[in-house]
Amino acid sequence: MNTSQKPVEFGKIVETIPNGPGAAAILAAGIGCAAIGVLAFASELSPGLRGLLNFYNPVGPLSGKTTVTIIVWLVAWYGLSRIWQRETVNMRAVNVAALVLLGIGFLLTFPPFWYLFV
Amino acid sequence: MEITTHDLMTVLHGMGFGALFMLAFSGALVELYRISAPGAPPAMSAGGQTLLGLYLVAMVILAWLTVFSGTYVIYPWYRAVPPEGVTDLADYPRRLLLSSGKTSEWHNVGMEWKEHVGWLAPTAMTMVAYVTMKYGRAIIQHRNMRISVLAFAVAAFVATGIAGAFGAFLNKYAPIRGGDVIILMQGEGT
Repeated sequence: MNTSQKPVEFGKIVETIPNGPGAAAILAAGIGCAAIGVLAFASELSPGLRGLLNFYNPVGPLSGKTTVTIIVWLVAWYGLSRIWQRETVNMRAVNVAALVLLGIGFLLTFPPFWYLFV
Repeated sequence: MEITTHDLMTVLHGMGFGALFMLAFSGALVELYRISAPGAPPAMSAGGQTLLGLYLVAMVILAWLTVFSGTYVIYPWYRAVPPEGVTDLADYPRRLLLSSGKTSEWHNVGMEWKEHVGWLAPTAMTMVAYVTMKYGRAIIQHRNMRISVLAFAVAAFVATGIAGAFGAFLNKYAPIRGGDVIILMQGEGT
């Protein structure tokens, strides 16, 4: 890993790690949060998708939504980590994207919002 | 004094995992703020960092246990379909709620929101734990990163709060029942 020693303001020496790995985790978490919202919303609009997501009958479509969410989140995390492993990225842009995705996750899991379209 | 296996699992899901996860938030948020606040005084000791890491890992485990137990153990009991001809819906909480306009929105809004929004918490909390452990005190150099860490930690708290609150209300209007009876203590009835 690309590391260096850099003094910080309170006089201690801490290892400076590129922000890429952290940015990858943050953006992937945003993607994961949005994924459950998108799947919840889309399956409410589409009975066909709801059927496809029924991976395990006792749980119904929620089994597919949660499984796909975990896969999307982990794949995004792995992919972004590989790309940004040693990079210093524009953290502000990553932050904005992650927080917007988090907001999408909250909005699209809120049933009264679905019922505006169903 | 007795309890059924379904009751026990519901208590374990809500109180054992979910409530403990919620309780842990106050400590985590204070500590995350303390290590990441600009101008925070002394660096955290190696022991302190290890302890915070363990604390966050425990929270992550609790978060995942909460959503998995809720989705794959409790939820199938909640959405069980009554056999043909059954009129007493007490053992079929989803159908019981939907059977009346006075209670149907507890399912259509409450349960539907709870079962999805709860999943935001473990995803967010796993990231919070990973970033905190990876960067430790060096996170002070990454202003935007610590904003995200704190924002996602708060989001996980809010998501858990929504899921927990609706869980408590749902269990009041349509409790999960059934399963084998476990006798905890035998009293002397009159």
